[in-house]
Amino acid sequence: MTTTTREPAIRVRAITKSYRDLHVLRGVDLDVAAGSIFALLGSNGAGKTTLVRILSTLLKANTGTATVNGFDVSSAPGDVRKSISLTGQFAAVDGVLTGRENLVLVARLRHLKNPGAVADDMLARFSLTAAGNRRAATYSGGMRRRLDIAMSLVGNPPVVFLDEPTTGLDPQGRIEVWQTVKQLAKDGTTILLTTQYLDEAEQLADRIAILHQGTIIQNGTLAELKRLLPSAKVEYVEKQPTLEDVFLALVGGTGDTGDEVAMSAGEEPR
Amino acid sequence: MTAHALSDTGTLTGRSLRHILRSPDTIITTAVTPVALMLLFVYVLGGAINTGSDGSYINYMLPGILLITIASGIAYTAYRLFLDMQGGIFERFQSMPIPRPSVLWAHVLTSLVANLASLVIVTGVALIMGFRTGASVADWLAVAGILILFTLALTWIAVIAGLSAKTVDGASAFSYPLIFLPFISSAFVPTDSMPGPVAWFAENQPVTSIVNTLRALFAQQPAGDDIWIALAWCAGMLVAAYAAATAIYRKKIS
Repeated sequence: MTTTTREPAIRVRAITKSYRDLHVLRGVDLDVAAGSIFALLGSNGAGKTTLVRILSTLLKANTGTATVNGFDVSSAPGDVRKSISLTGQFAAVDGVLTGRENLVLVARLRHLKNPGAVADDMLARFSLTAAGNRRAATYSGGMRRRLDIAMSLVGNPPVVFLDEPTTGLDPQGRIEVWQTVKQLAKDGTTILLTTQYLDEAEQLADRIAILHQGTIIQNGTLAELKRLLPSAKVEYVEKQPTLEDVFLALVGGTGDTGDEVAMSAGEEPR
Repeated sequence: MTAHALSDTGTLTGRSLRHILRSPDTIITTAVTPVALMLLFVYVLGGAINTGSDGSYINYMLPGILLITIASGIAYTAYRLFLDMQGGIFERFQSMPIPRPSVLWAHVLTSLVANLASLVIVTGVALIMGFRTGASVADWLAVAGILILFTLALTWIAVIAGLSAKTVDGASAFSYPLIFLPFISSAFVPTDSMPGPVAWFAENQPVTSIVNTLRALFAQQPAGDDIWIALAWCAGMLVAAYAAATAIYRKKIS
């Protein structure tokens, strides 16, 4: 938010996408400031994933323009791909390979020097060192998601797309992902994330846009969005701990991310 | 981007070869069916088959068995490609700065290596069972060249199946007709023993000319026109399947 003088890292203008009679995106406009976290909020089928797929060059828009890191997604897709990483809804890891081999593979494909050292560094950063030489297929859901995000961050791409990064994760897993996202933004990475969890957008995002039926119906900071409703009434409500508070207190987790901790806290390997 | 095409293809090929090394059963199962057929035809049916030539029956039928080996081996290529697309790793590769054809070529090269390994196993068993040839090094190279060409052609057909399949079963089911094709050819019995329309089909489908060519090379006899017909079939299938596969791929990723 202190970087408003820079060009927006993502600029979307009048993007439309239809499949025959199904109009998924009906003219989307948005800007994401460099180094900020932007949350795209919407229910299932609102078009969030379609927009992310267009911005990550997996899909072509029917009309409209979009630039990522200054490159046009349709005329310079190769440069866009060098600038981004995508973490989709389903962990895109190779289950036959070990966690370390997955990271080495991505480091090689990004032509980094010393792929082995990059992989070891990522394993340590995401608390996967102990599991590094196990096949990814044996990982729990949370570990697999961490590996997935680690693979996306190999090579430090300036723009990161996270498509529903915490769907299907337990509370600890969510908090781990949130910490990672906050750290990334602190280091200057631009993040566009989609979510259907309102608290996730509240926790993380500098700006929030609501995508509904193929258009952005609201776009602003959390404070701006809150102002759209009548001013707050003061009511006295007894503060009960939420089940999440209880769960985290019992299992001792603000996301202390040792593999063993994660495993013993009821994350069954899937 | 193209500067990295070769190294990226190499990296991705290394990845899928590792898949095969971790489940070597895919090579074994590819070799088991042809070996079982070989045992069945040589030790059960072979005695009643008159090939009209003096050589042993295994010498007669090995070329057809080798083609069946390839036809069953490429089903795994479709299977692996399909799993990649389902799992999300395909999309990861597509969103990275990798030349897009590299992703397909890695699967094709892996198929080639895996099928050559299966062919070596099947040929080894055939040698134990009494297959003999006086083929020179040049003849063997010619045999290998034709088998490689046939593998590439069928692999690109497998890529079409892997890219367009909706289910895992669909991804490998396409190979059954290809496995069956050698039975309606000169691979196991001479075509002139078949009724008219069947014989006509057998004589004019690709497997017969390829089998006849391989048989002639093993027997050190002139292959005549068959070698040119065989090469034309292989090259034609390869070009057509490659064009169709890349068209489907381009449509899929746009």
